[in-house]
Amino acid sequence: MATTWTQQTLNHLRRTRAWKSIFRRGPARTNRTRSLAIFGNIFLHVLPVKVREKSLRLRATYYLGSFSFFLFVVLTVTGVLLMFYYHPAVPEAYRDMKDLRFVVANGVFLRNLHRLAAQVMVAAVFWHMFHVFFRGGYKPPHEFNWVVGVGLLLVTLFLSYTGYLLPWDQLAFWAITVGTNIISYVPILGHPIRFLLLGGNIIGENALLRFYVLHCVILPLAAVILIAVHFWRIQKDGGLTVREDHERKG
Amino acid sequence: MSEKAKYEAGFGSDALKDPQRIVFITKKTSAKVKGDVGRQVMSFPHVILREAIAFQVLTIVLVAIALFWDAPLEQLANPLLTPNPAKAPWYFLGLQELLHYFPPVVGGVLIPTLVVVALIVIPYFNVNIEGAPLWAARRGRRFPLVVGTVVALLAILVAYQAWTVIAPTVLVAGGVLLSNFLSPGQGRLADFLRARPLPWWVMTWFIAVALTLTIVGTFFRGPGWSWIWPWR
Ligand code: HEM
Repeated sequence: MATTWTQQTLNHLRRTRAWKSIFRRGPARTNRTRSLAIFGNIFLHVLPVKVREKSLRLRATYYLGSFSFFLFVVLTVTGVLLMFYYHPAVPEAYRDMKDLRFVVANGVFLRNLHRLAAQVMVAAVFWHMFHVFFRGGYKPPHEFNWVVGVGLLLVTLFLSYTGYLLPWDQLAFWAITVGTNIISYVPILGHPIRFLLLGGNIIGENALLRFYVLHCVILPLAAVILIAVHFWRIQKDGGLTVREDHERKG
Repeated sequence: MSEKAKYEAGFGSDALKDPQRIVFITKKTSAKVKGDVGRQVMSFPHVILREAIAFQVLTIVLVAIALFWDAPLEQLANPLLTPNPAKAPWYFLGLQELLHYFPPVVGGVLIPTLVVVALIVIPYFNVNIEGAPLWAARRGRRFPLVVGTVVALLAILVAYQAWTVIAPTVLVAGGVLLSNFLSPGQGRLADFLRARPLPWWVMTWFIAVALTLTIVGTFFRGPGWSWIWPWR
């Protein structure tokens, strides 16, 4: 089999002690080692080892859940890079946006990619939810995963929303003003919640710092945890919903 | 079942000294067994490979767009200079549009809360487990009920003059009522509509309203939240 240079190198690598200590399995050519590839890997072990062939069809998912996740990954990578250039302080935040545009190499591209992925992720998560609904993916035993999904929807919206303030331009400031004013209409708790969120009564430096911490630490962590539960539950719920009456044709 | 159980379980935690195990066999089958439909394949490589390709496609498309589209950046935030209209991000513009019609407690608090609660309880109310068509059974009772609900809903919306909610509502309500009068053999669309269950109609209505509100809020609202035409 090993004819090409890459395959030869790979085979050679596989025989080394270091490789064996990491992977503890041979090449994934048997079902045993293919199973090991999933459950012997901490990142993949939340996934099922086997899936129904029918759940692989495009129209079973349109990969909408996967796209939601991948967008989150793209956002994490570009977001961390953006953090290197960003100060959550009042004139600096805006200056950093200007720096990204005029000084930082590929700064415009970086910001574009982050902003674009953020918008697309909101849309993808909504679409995924509607798609799951119309396929009946929320039905038993998937009830709880739907609820986890609703949590993910809210986290996604809050992530996008807290990020909106960070450039500290007119667009950001007034969008957050509109939104946080709505909070103050919540009976009784409205003003305290708004105060807590903004760190004051107006949108100023404190609000920027709080939104920054929410956007870069708390909400991403919440998202990671919920996504892990979400994926793991798909496996525990016995894989994706495949309905016989839906699938017979085609 | 008032009699005290004759056994106790799980006192010792030393696995070697206390090897008593009890297995309960319940009548319920596991989710895995219940869901068995069709052939199975190994996740590695079948799923992993597809996901990798999906990731690559997504990245390529995102990068291509990010090269040509620019993220907006306006002037430095100025609390003294209110833009007119001040707009939230696009996914909240539907909410902002609602606020235009309804009092803030209703449009800004009550309706969003109800939407979230409704989403959470969907799987627990046995929504649409069999997916039976709305008009397949008990039409005599259901039809007046649906008409009544639609009329009541429209009455509330008209009272608030919420035109951009009314338009999609009338459209979907028209569909649901019309589908009652369709009979077999009137084309594929008719067959499709006749087979729709109630939850399908409710969700379709929700999506239609949310989409309309968001599009109107994004493109058709100008100074003072007045109606504008985006191309003018
Ligand atoms: C960050 C957001 C989310 C991510 C990354 C995500 C990811 C995924 C993935 C990868 C799948 C498996 C395949 C697929 O259907 O694409 C899935 C399935 C599922 N998702 Fe999500 N999801 C998210 C949000 C949501 C939301 C908002 C809901 C609903 C409220 C939801 C409910 C479900 C359910 C019920 C399933 C199982 C579907 C079935 O059994 O057929 N998810 N999710």
